[in-house]
Amino acid sequence: MEQTPYEYDVLVVGAGGAGLRAAIEASAAGASCGVICKSLLGKAHTVMAEGGMAAAIGNVDERDDWKVHVTDTLRGGQYLSNPKMAEIHAKEAPARALELEAWGALFDRTKDGRILQRNFGGHRYPRLAHVGDRTGLEMIRTLQDHGIHRGIDFHMEYTVFRLLLDDGRVSGALAYDRERGRFRVYRAKSVVLATGGIGRAFKITSNSWEYTGDGHALAYDAGADLIDMEFVQFHPTGMVWPPSVRGILVTEGVRGEGGILLNSDGERFMFDDIPPLYKDQTADSAEEGWRYVVGDRDARRPPELLTRDHVARCIVDQIKAGKGSPHGGVYLDIAWIKEKISSSEEHIRKKLPSMYHQFKELAGLDITKEQMEVGPTTHYVMGGVRVDAESQMSSVPGLFAAGECAAGLHGANRLGGNSLSDLLVFGKRAGEYAAAFASEQGDVRLDEAAASAAVKEALEPLEREGGEGPYQIQHELQDLMQEKVGIVRIESELEEAIDEIGRLSDRARAVSAPGNREYNPGWHTALDLHPLLVVSEAVARAGLMRRESRGAQFRDDYPRKDEHFGKVIIRVARGADGEMVVEETPVEPMSDELTRLVEEMG
Amino acid sequence: MAATQFRIWRQDGAEGEGGYRDYTTEVTEGMVVLDAVHQIQAESANDLAVRWNCKAGKCGSCSAEVNGNPRLMCMTRMSDLPADRPVTVEPMRAFPVIRDLVCDVSWNYEVKKKIEPFEPRPPDAEDGTWRIAQEDVERVQEFRKCIECFLCQDVCHVLRDHHLHDEFVGPRFFVYNAALEMHPLDTRDRLASLKRDEGIGYCNITKCCTKVCPEHITITDNAIIPLKERVVSEFYDPLKKLFRVFSGGSRA
Repeated sequence: MEQTPYEYDVLVVGAGGAGLRAAIEASAAGASCGVICKSLLGKAHTVMAEGGMAAAIGNVDERDDWKVHVTDTLRGGQYLSNPKMAEIHAKEAPARALELEAWGALFDRTKDGRILQRNFGGHRYPRLAHVGDRTGLEMIRTLQDHGIHRGIDFHMEYTVFRLLLDDGRVSGALAYDRERGRFRVYRAKSVVLATGGIGRAFKITSNSWEYTGDGHALAYDAGADLIDMEFVQFHPTGMVWPPSVRGILVTEGVRGEGGILLNSDGERFMFDDIPPLYKDQTADSAEEGWRYVVGDRDARRPPELLTRDHVARCIVDQIKAGKGSPHGGVYLDIAWIKEKISSSEEHIRKKLPSMYHQFKELAGLDITKEQMEVGPTTHYVMGGVRVDAESQMSSVPGLFAAGECAAGLHGANRLGGNSLSDLLVFGKRAGEYAAAFASEQGDVRLDEAAASAAVKEALEPLEREGGEGPYQIQHELQDLMQEKVGIVRIESELEEAIDEIGRLSDRARAVSAPGNREYNPGWHTALDLHPLLVVSEAVARAGLMRRESRGAQFRDDYPRKDEHFGKVIIRVARGADGEMVVEETPVEPMSDELTRLVEEMG
Repeated sequence: MAATQFRIWRQDGAEGEGGYRDYTTEVTEGMVVLDAVHQIQAESANDLAVRWNCKAGKCGSCSAEVNGNPRLMCMTRMSDLPADRPVTVEPMRAFPVIRDLVCDVSWNYEVKKKIEPFEPRPPDAEDGTWRIAQEDVERVQEFRKCIECFLCQDVCHVLRDHHLHDEFVGPRFFVYNAALEMHPLDTRDRLASLKRDEGIGYCNITKCCTKVCPEHITITDNAIIPLKERVVSEFYDPLKKLFRVFSGGSRA
């Protein structure tokens, strides 16, 4: 190692919403705190979040409260969520949103000057605090700017590739910096993983290059449990044309503002397939759907605002039935609202400014006048590190996880808007409990032999000559996951995928990425292969074990829900021999109060 | 499909000697410059360094100079560039190069730390929240759209040509100051530091920053000029000056 280790009470890995919120809380508790971010500060995927953050503040409809929010979340997750997490989330989200305002965030307002809330899929009442369609930017900038004045150290463009352990407890992490290719050791009494998702395991994704499942794999390698890995959210509306922008997100806010989905025959197909669980909450007619959009409290929501798993599947069905758009999507139309609103063009530009720009500049299309072409894109993983609901600590002492890389809140499907609130609620808790853990624990010892061995291993692709390039393996994996572990799954293909992932893992151990250590993307891609392969295998194996269709998992060979699988979650862990162990484990029990609530709210 | 020529800046580390290298790649419909750079990286230059993230104009990571113009590579469509000559891609020139197209923008992060942070007035309502009119929110939305791509910093001649990084914070941070100064809840005063430490007087409103802003923020007219006016009326207003003399204040 070239330098002496950095030392912190709490080390946070990741600087999106969850990581920043954790760091702010840890430092407020008096802990020394360092944050490692894979990119520059403020560029994490939170910046892409468009629609808003779900918090039952009840500013637009006073019938909303935490009880409605928690039942919406549990229903959306098909009752596989950790009920305690769903309850904490619903109760604490309003305070987290208001606190953000005290730190300088500016949300759109109601007429009487309070925070405005908008409709979103699966939420019974208008619940999403938002700023146009750039809520994520507002949130990450607020946290970033608040954080830089609190004495937190930020290590930009560092990637953690190994956690260090001391007698079973976490003791730090090993990272390399992209700019110079140096290795750094971090000694820490507790570590919070907040690394986001795994979208780069798939070919069509809204995620950037960073989202290679680092936190998932770090935790798995350190012996922590992963759960719910079969549940990967395919967002129904990604761009499909031109090819170079395929997968880029089109916010659900378009549908929240009245956007409708049409097939090539001009049919509004979402009315044809409404799941029984949502029959009572969904509009009967286009006319009722529009009344809901403009705030009629007696109207029910349009079918375009059903949960993401369902909408994505309906789109796939249309395409398969030959009713897709020319480039393999369906049509999303917001321009039609000109029939209802005289100044519709200005209204759309104001409510959806970044969507307007995105289509104008990348596709040469004016969404105030023309229909968009959209199709499903890999967006989010519900699965992740299994954590304690209160503290966010994993099964490894001192190792915490929050945000997308943690699991439990969303179950089989996440509701839009529940991610930004998840980041804040559980980011705060992770920071708080990580600081408390650090203050109660003695010093940790650094395992220098393990660190040296890991560094040697990380340098191998750079020093090896004549091997295969890392991009080839990455692309083959992405094609494989898209084809065989994607939105529609079947046993034989999942088995083939698992075998193929095994072969790709062998090839990954022999790659060459020659060149310098400074900012060498080939080398970084080579190092990202390990986490990508771990999470890919976990998704495929968990998907194979769950022989039913529920939430985000659709099995062509088991197209219905199965009572048995409604009571279990799939746990993935590293076995003693290094092989991946997959097993069923019971769903966390629901309290009597929540059980009663769920029955009452239907 | 068309084979297109590129001239891309390659440089081995900060101290290394840089130069253009020629590449050819197939450009297909809808491609942006970043796609072409990635394609070249995958085909013939595995170690070509380029910084990027969202690929949708929202994170501000892939700033570079394309045919001499400061641009986000992810939002520059190949079809908008002249097809009859090579496309030149080089790093932002106002910052030190780390490698190839990646430069060291850490100075910006240091500057931000020095700016007075946000501090709200006490809550208006008993429930501890504030009442804010939508029009007051909208007034600062323009500034809060900033994605910190630093293209405005790159093109500002005070930084690019005169290298006054120690005395001048640049357009990005005037926008940041404006967002705070015009924030409906903020209570702090940043005018003295704008004048004394941040060098707002150096800006001679050539509007180069406004022209390159990918978020179309009217940096000069809406942020810098109003701040300059506030500084002038605070420190150069003869009545205020007189008042300061009598009250013993010495802020100027």
